[in-house]
Amino acid sequence: MTLIRMNVNGSAKSLEIEPRVSLLDALRERLGVTGPKKGCDQGACGACTVLADGRRINACLALAIQYDGCQITTIEGVDHPLQEAFVRHDGFQCGYCTPGQICSAIGMLSEYEAGMPSAVTDSGGLGEAEIRERMSGNVCRCGAYNGIVGAIMDVAGSDAR
Amino acid sequence: MKPFAYVKPVDIGAAVAAGAAPGAKFLGGGTNLVDLMREGIEQPDTVVDVTGLPLSAVDDLPNGGLRIGALVRNSDLAADRRVRARYPVLSQALLSGASGQLRNMATVGGNLLQRTRCPYFYDEASACNKRDPGSGCDALDGFNRSCAILGVSDDCIAAHPSDMCVALTALDAVVEVTGTGGTRRIPLTELHRLPGQTPHIETDLAPGDLITAVELPTATGNSAYRKVRDRASYAFALVSVAAGLQIENGAVTDIRLALGGVAPKPWRARQAEQLLAGGPADEAAFRRAAQAELASAAVRPGNAFKVALATNTIVATLRELSNEGTRR
Ligand SMILES: Cc1cc2nc3c(=O)[nH]c(=O)nc-3n(C[C@H](O)[C@H](O)[C@H](O)COP(=O)(O)OP(=O)(O)OC[C@H]3O[C@@H](n4cnc5c(N)ncnc54)[C@H](O)[C@@H]3O)c2cc1C
Ligand code: SF4
Ligand code: FES
Ligand code: FES
Repeated sequence: MTLIRMNVNGSAKSLEIEPRVSLLDALRERLGVTGPKKGCDQGACGACTVLADGRRINACLALAIQYDGCQITTIEGVDHPLQEAFVRHDGFQCGYCTPGQICSAIGMLSEYEAGMPSAVTDSGGLGEAEIRERMSGNVCRCGAYNGIVGAIMDVAGSDAR
Repeated sequence: MKPFAYVKPVDIGAAVAAGAAPGAKFLGGGTNLVDLMREGIEQPDTVVDVTGLPLSAVDDLPNGGLRIGALVRNSDLAADRRVRARYPVLSQALLSGASGQLRNMATVGGNLLQRTRCPYFYDEASACNKRDPGSGCDALDGFNRSCAILGVSDDCIAAHPSDMCVALTALDAVVEVTGTGGTRRIPLTELHRLPGQTPHIETDLAPGDLITAVELPTATGNSAYRKVRDRASYAFALVSVAAGLQIENGAVTDIRLALGGVAPKPWRARQAEQLLAGGPADEAAFRRAAQAELASAAVRPGNAFKVALATNTIVATLRELSNEGTRR
């Protein structure tokens, strides 16, 4: 067992864990932070997306111990216009992927603003093709993609171009 | 997941010593190793987290090349202005791989050593010579759509999954490795092995060999990456092509060609390069060269389509580069 410390959604946490515990399990099972979801546990769906020091990552492929000392933000710690936009645009049906979608979108927007290119980047701002490509790490089994893209365009249109 | 000890050394000597101990494994971003450990395919006794080492810089080299620290995250490397300007093929290859989240986690060192995505390698109930030497290969007569057609053996037809490696191979990248015997430099084309009768041995690295950097020689001009896959994003390559092409007066003066998705290692297409060098830069020449490279393909029913797909993708990539060349 090792003692690790993380700041989770603004509050300092310390916990004794085995090195094999994933960040996702540490959050969900040990800290009761159940916003991040376990869809696949193998990096293939994005439901577990959280922000680590502001960067989006898949918590399922992260060992908690690797993130000792980091600041972790989950959907519980998010207060962002995207949340209302997802409601307005029907950006979900069952909602299982939504916490990951929103954390991922927040990380994606700051990547975009910092000048991160994407596989489809040519020019012309953050249009639909850009959003779909940059959000491809978040799968939605309900197929709410049009609403998700609409919500992000709605928010990004005003502050990222 | 089998329990293991975790150490996070802060200097290279300590990391090499820890990594050389029996049962030790280096950990970069963890996106491949953690997955394989959860599946029981990798079972290290000690995990040596290398992300505390000072290997996260991208530096210009005096000769005009670039030195990329082994811990640079895939997303940061793809966004680096020098990479985008001088080695577009590398930025494009990185951005075509995995997802935004995974690229934020994945390191250059880990990407180089990621293991195959052959479905039977991942399935402990299947026979797989790579996972369990001597057990057989269920991919040979099974679901082999993702498998390789060049450089394969009767013991293993798994494809190397990396996009980044294909671009680095075309760019003549050199991998710097520090081990218990000191530091050495290995051309990327010689880092990975073909399967032969020992598909479980994938590289020439020994226990404790730590990848510290990748060095790129001076860029030679226009380059591009093209990836073909089953969906538009967030999928491994069925076929990919990394190419660099220089044309003067209609003739090819410099050609670099590497293929992904078709071989057990990032595949430098030397035969095609030899046919193209000095010759005309037209579609017929591109096609002849592509066909020559793929002439030795050993296909299975599930992946026979890759011959035509790879040929056409080579032609399309070179056509795109030659058009860009004349437009300038
Ligand atoms: C869902 C999914 C989709 C993906 N899609 C793609 C794709 O389309 N294209 C693509 O190219 N990749 C893809 N990947 C793979 C991804 O790129 C790799 O998992 C990643 O690059 C590995 O880097 P890492 O730092 O996380 O490695 P780790 O998992 O930390 O390590 C991988 C291996 O490298 C070794 N290692 C790590 N660092 C060093 C070092 N410095 N020296 C020596 N050994 C070291 C480790 O011991 C381990 O064996 C995908 C992965 C997932 C999960
Ligand atoms: S192709 Fe290689 S990795 Fe796949 S089942 Fe056969 S031996 Fe294993
Ligand atoms: S649960 Fe992490 S990506 Fe699916
Ligand atoms: S809303 Fe159901 S999975 Fe996305």
